[in-house]
Amino acid sequence: MTLNQLTAHEITRLIREKKVTAQEVILDIFDQIDKVDNLIKAFLVLTREEAFKQAKGIDTKVKNGDELPPLAGVAIAIKDILAVQGVETTCGSKILKGFIPPYNATVITRLKEAGAIIIGKTNMDEFAMGSSTENSAFGPTYNPWDLERVPGGSSGGSAAAVAADETIVALGTDTGGSIRQPASLCGMVGLKPTYGRVSRYGLIAYASSLDQIGPITKDVIDCTLAMKVISGIDIHDSTSANIPVPDYLTSCREGIEDLKIGVPQEYFIEGIDQEVKIAIDRALKLFESLGAKIEEVSLPHTEYSLPAYYLIATAEASSNLARYDGVQYGYRADNYKDLLFMYKKTRSEGFGDEVKRRIMLGTYALSSGYYDAYYLKAQKVRTLIKEDFDKAFEKYDILITPTSPTPAFKLNEKMADPLIMYLSDIYTIPINLAGIPAISLNCGYSKNNLPIGLQIIGKPFDEETIIRAAYNFEQNNDVEKKKPEINPARCKEEA
Amino acid sequence: MKEEVVIGLEVHIQLMTKAKMFCHCSTDYIGKEPNTNTCPVCLGLPGSLPVLNKKVLEFAVRTALALNCKINQISRFHRKNYFYPDLPKAYQISQYDLPLGVGGYMEISLPESGEKRRIGITRVHIEEDAGKLVHEGDIASSAYSLVDYNRCGIPLAEIVTEPDFRSPEEARIFLVKLRSIVQHLGVCDGNMEEGSLRCDANVSVRPAKSKSLGTKAEVKNMNSFRAVKKALQFEVDRQKKLLSEGEKVIQETRHWDESKNITVSMRSKEEAHDYRYFPEPDLLPLQVDLKMIEEIRRNLPELPEVRKERFTKDYQIPEYDAEILTSSKVLGDYYEKACSLYNNTKILSNWIMGELMRYLNEEKIEIEDSPISSENLVGLLILIDEGVISGKMAKIVFEKMFKTGKKASQIVKESEVIQITDKNELIEIVDRVISENPKSIEDFNQGKEKALNYLVGQVMRYTKGKAKPDFVFEAIKQRIKR
Repeated sequence: MTLNQLTAHEITRLIREKKVTAQEVILDIFDQIDKVDNLIKAFLVLTREEAFKQAKGIDTKVKNGDELPPLAGVAIAIKDILAVQGVETTCGSKILKGFIPPYNATVITRLKEAGAIIIGKTNMDEFAMGSSTENSAFGPTYNPWDLERVPGGSSGGSAAAVAADETIVALGTDTGGSIRQPASLCGMVGLKPTYGRVSRYGLIAYASSLDQIGPITKDVIDCTLAMKVISGIDIHDSTSANIPVPDYLTSCREGIEDLKIGVPQEYFIEGIDQEVKIAIDRALKLFESLGAKIEEVSLPHTEYSLPAYYLIATAEASSNLARYDGVQYGYRADNYKDLLFMYKKTRSEGFGDEVKRRIMLGTYALSSGYYDAYYLKAQKVRTLIKEDFDKAFEKYDILITPTSPTPAFKLNEKMADPLIMYLSDIYTIPINLAGIPAISLNCGYSKNNLPIGLQIIGKPFDEETIIRAAYNFEQNNDVEKKKPEINPARCKEEA
Repeated sequence: MKEEVVIGLEVHIQLMTKAKMFCHCSTDYIGKEPNTNTCPVCLGLPGSLPVLNKKVLEFAVRTALALNCKINQISRFHRKNYFYPDLPKAYQISQYDLPLGVGGYMEISLPESGEKRRIGITRVHIEEDAGKLVHEGDIASSAYSLVDYNRCGIPLAEIVTEPDFRSPEEARIFLVKLRSIVQHLGVCDGNMEEGSLRCDANVSVRPAKSKSLGTKAEVKNMNSFRAVKKALQFEVDRQKKLLSEGEKVIQETRHWDESKNITVSMRSKEEAHDYRYFPEPDLLPLQVDLKMIEEIRRNLPELPEVRKERFTKDYQIPEYDAEILTSSKVLGDYYEKACSLYNNTKILSNWIMGELMRYLNEEKIEIEDSPISSENLVGLLILIDEGVISGKMAKIVFEKMFKTGKKASQIVKESEVIQITDKNELIEIVDRVISENPKSIEDFNQGKEKALNYLVGQVMRYTKGKAKPDFVFEAIKQRIKR
């Protein structure tokens, strides 16, 4: 067993007990990256030198007997949508090639203060638009469980890196499922916090009213550690909430006999993979055996989530991505005769197809004469969807659904038809529209040895309860926890 | 056909908060090295987020209240989307359907008719300023554009009037008063040349007594009060001519070309932007509670209208004088300071509105930069009162004071323009003039009082104006009678 295979809580304990050094941890991490990342392709940038420097700093603290911050020595991979000062940040897009932020995202500042060691930036669908990481301008990431399959997306690089033990913890972002779906497809724990729980300052916006940053981890305890560090009000983000951050680590260990669980019937209809359905049913039985009460519940407006999402998210994206015009930073096309031509050429060459599709959709939705019929209507639907959840939460503490209708799919399987690809997020999108928290964790494996994820949805700012439910499930799950076998030989053969 | 002119204004004022609207950068951007007064937020760098500077809200509420607006207790920000290199986010954070203030008015008085007019204020909202493009030479000949983002994120209040103006002059009068109001409020320095107060106008012409509006043109780029009047007059004439020739006015945006004294078409309605406004998701709705509104209202400073009335009462000057003296905050302050040092307030008003304003206008100097302080002006008037210099000489001294910034007493001392008050010295000259002008003496003796004036003039000539005229007059009279 190498140190990169451990969890954050194991590593921090070992460092505290002086059984290992932070430098040893980072050494093992980069060994693994060097060994497997040419297959996984989870990383776009590695910050090796800075990571070792940071690790050395922590080891000095240990030697001096200084008090250690909570994540001291924990390697963390950062989705390439978060600004890290001095490190190229591209959002998986050609248009941001070469862009080096002069500032840190708030979560990065907080993680650094907490002793976490940033090891690199992870691959993603361009501007977080996608569910497979195939939309990256820098090539896809491969699922460690099956290298012919996608890791999910858009935080596919982060999820794959954690699953392949190339990092201990990773940060992702989630606008319509981009943390939970890849966590599910890679068998990891991924949490999308309540909108406003984690500062978005430094998160390069896709859809500002939906985006949230959250952790992807190997287990629920690690999730609590990361959440404790990154959560809480931030003066740089007006939409961050001034609500105290509870001690998730302690409260998650309490039981769940008191929990009333609702199971939305609308999430178990056509399109759902039978193996996924069976795994979820099994999981629900386990919850029942732990004392929770389970009932079916209806969220009647569920079917409108996808269309509402693809109007609101794209409308905001069309505005958020307008700044990539080749003027101030990033990519600028050559050979233009005037300003308008420079804009057109830069954006035509700099953006990928899916990004262009969404910019056009969003531009249309906001256009004069269409605004009321599309954007405004979608906002009204969003309110109805939120009210569905409000109503359900009058009766239930948490809701449980699958995270994704299917396990990991093959590369190119859904690229030809965007609408099929959009359905990958059908269970996660309503949660973003409602602004509420949800966690995805592994609940079993398919016959093909692919992870299947379970989604636990909570009340606004009640991450505590979904984390508690997830921890109880994780501790009592009788499906043996596996690690993917990354087989370099097999893959090389095929290549 | 008798036509009626219809004009409405859109005025932008830069709010003089210390920090920019959504970040901590300074608002003191003029003259700074390009792109040094910036940060990730005002540069619109990917991932940055705006956080509203509360002072901006306070300044805007102050402005809206002074313009008699109703304050919307909940308003919100919208994004106005358009591409331009000086707009780093490619959208401007502005307000749209729920502005901060609505339904206000301002009263203006028209000096020629003495008529008072109430100009409706449609709305007052807040938004961020953009950067500036810089060109080598001018925009047409330069091979490239450079962008200076120092101005990005400077807070602006936009004040939109109803189409209530019936002439370019009315619009100009409104603008002068508006500037004075925002100066008195301490929210804006009102400097049009530097762009801290900017004005666009919607101009149209319609048949007199018609209720519906004619097709309007929007006129931009007017950088002084004078330019506003000239540009609007040009536009009114242009439209009247079109209509009289049976042609149509096209709805378009027109640019005032100061060097050619014409407006030129920038873009037509068809080319107009679709700004795709939508609520800004990065900012919460703006909340202004009643307590805050009342507190700001209670603490509003004295506004020009009230100050004007106080001037007519306290300083006993005509309304016309008071109107001019309160047309700028600093001018009013200048006058009041002088009045605290000198009793004859009307004389002060005459000197300020006459000599001082004339020189300031000629030299294009703002009153705040006047080389003659109110103390020094009073110093000059005291020299007159003491008989040290004549009124006529004072004007020469004034000019020297204006050019050198020196005190009156110093100039008088240096150039020896002290009046001759030594009677003996004067008598000699008087005698000489009398002996040289027997004809005048004869005339006087025959009852022509005016002949004396000629003699006084002669004495003044010999003394190079240093003699005190009434003193000379008395002296000549005495000598002749003897």
